[in-house]
Amino acid sequence: MIQRTVTVGSTSGLHARPAAIFVKAAAALPVKVRLIVEGKKPVNAASMLAVLSLGATLGSEVVLEADEDEAGLGRAAVDQLAALLERDLDAGSTSA
Amino acid sequence: MPDVLHGVGVGVGIVVAPLVKMGRPPELPSARPVVDNAAEAALASGALAAVSADLAARSLEASDPTASAVLDALSMIAADPTLSEQVEELIAARTDAPHALFNAFEGYRQMLTEAGGYLAERAGDLADIRDRVIAVVLGMPMPGIPTPGHPFVLAADDLSPADTSGIDTSVVLALVTERGGPTSHTAILARALGLPCIVACAGVMHIADGTIVGIDAGAGTVETDPSVDRRRALRAEADSIVAELGSLTGPGRTADGHPVGLLHNIGSVADLECVDHEHFEGVGLFRTEFLFLDREDAPTFEEQRAAYAAVLEAAHGKKVVVRTLDAGADKPLPFLEMHAEPNPALGVRGLRIGRARPEIIQLQLAALAAAVADVPGSDVWVMAPMVATVAEARWFSEQAHAAGLDTVGVMIEIPAAALRAGEMLDVVDFLSIGTNDLSQYTFAADRMEGTLTELLDPWQPALLSLIAMCAEAGIEHGKPVGICGESAADPALSTLFAGMGITSLSMSARSLPQVRRALSKRTLDECRQLVERALAAEDAALARDAVVNG
Repeated sequence: MIQRTVTVGSTSGLHARPAAIFVKAAAALPVKVRLIVEGKKPVNAASMLAVLSLGATLGSEVVLEADEDEAGLGRAAVDQLAALLERDLDAGSTSA
Repeated sequence: MPDVLHGVGVGVGIVVAPLVKMGRPPELPSARPVVDNAAEAALASGALAAVSADLAARSLEASDPTASAVLDALSMIAADPTLSEQVEELIAARTDAPHALFNAFEGYRQMLTEAGGYLAERAGDLADIRDRVIAVVLGMPMPGIPTPGHPFVLAADDLSPADTSGIDTSVVLALVTERGGPTSHTAILARALGLPCIVACAGVMHIADGTIVGIDAGAGTVETDPSVDRRRALRAEADSIVAELGSLTGPGRTADGHPVGLLHNIGSVADLECVDHEHFEGVGLFRTEFLFLDREDAPTFEEQRAAYAAVLEAAHGKKVVVRTLDAGADKPLPFLEMHAEPNPALGVRGLRIGRARPEIIQLQLAALAAAVADVPGSDVWVMAPMVATVAEARWFSEQAHAAGLDTVGVMIEIPAAALRAGEMLDVVDFLSIGTNDLSQYTFAADRMEGTLTELLDPWQPALLSLIAMCAEAGIEHGKPVGICGESAADPALSTLFAGMGITSLSMSARSLPQVRRALSKRTLDECRQLVERALAAEDAALARDAVVNG
């Protein structure tokens, strides 16, 4: 099991545009990644409704989790999503 | 001979175009036994995929980036893996596809509603996606605003804010609804968008899609299938109205020159950017809430001062009526630490908050006074919302004067205040009638309750009587009495208000030209006769009829 703890960096939290960018990236990955907020059930990071329901705000600590695999796909997926979560997805260009 | 349907017109303007009906949300049929699980699951997942693809395609087509992002997010929700897993589980437990979809969506919808805030707003989106998916499963037309690929007149049973969020006025030329009233969401939206509109038009949903209709909002009529000659005549009339609206200039006045100030309702300085200064007479309602919303702490003195000064600068010395903070339990502000109320419309709101937390209103008044000092030559009037008693009006007046503001008034939204309009004017300089709230409190009818629109009709004689009382008190005291509610934007009502002695009407910029035109067509004497007829009418429909057709 691969786990990584990240702090949400988007101004509006994991809502609206940041949530859409994050979920879209998760859905495009070859492996399933789970998102965990303490005290709540782990959810599929590719599920818009489940991600929204976590109510993660700016500064929230969340855990990304994926299964180990030989090709290292899980590790890469978690790292890629962690980088997205840490950024302020409300800022910057709208090209995403 | 073409058929003519009658309804209540909103605004003026004539449109000839094909009519297209908005799909109704599907009704869930009674549950049926599931014989083939796999087929049922395929039906449900196919519908989810189809709706997701449709929303994604519309997201790509949308020219507005915000609208595009919203449609993209909706598309992702329809494609949500957690949602489809739940649907599959429900189907495996022998629930048919429509009910499985409905129940899965409902679970999330309730969760989002309970979460409040941004998530609660998304709950309406979920209902919209749910209706679309179920319509596909049932083989019914997709609900929502149709996209026929050409300009059209949109017909609907009634329109809700969710239905109309994406209305494109280059394609939707007019609105006609079977139900609704002059204050329903449809009418408010039509005024904001400047679209000709007819509400309460019985029979419109029986017109076949694609039928050419002639809409005359001024007359409140829908002509189906007009002849070629008739279409030409309607289009010529439409052009002449547009030309006339464009050519009328200057301050508001009746045909014989009696002045009625035509003012703007604004929420921030942005609303004054496109103002035509040739016609600009001032701001009749500057809502200051925007400064206070969506934030943890109250705006500072300097922040407020700068925002007010920006509006005063943009007004170029014309009158600006500023309303102090109008919040309540239904539009809560974190720093007010308000507790939930069972009945926010009747709770601690408007000036009542100011009296409970005087430091907030004192800071606002001080910032406004500083802005006045910053912008020499500005003409600021300040007024308080939700005033019930003369004692409250006096308290507010004292606060405003203590801050250094000279022209002080109160809003008339509560019948108790209207009944004491004369006494109010003993202690303040002007009155401004908020007809939407005055109507809801006079008729004990919630503005949000769609089935009570008839009671909230701005033509209700009891409401008109209260407005007339306020106007008379203004005449006796030689002090201005204006209207800043939704009905100020109704061209026919504007002549009635002029006849009562109302001194100004404040509305959104879009509505000004047609109100200016309506006033210019009647003399003050004619307007006064209209008042007599309207007040003598037994009900709202007869009052309206007496003015519009009398």
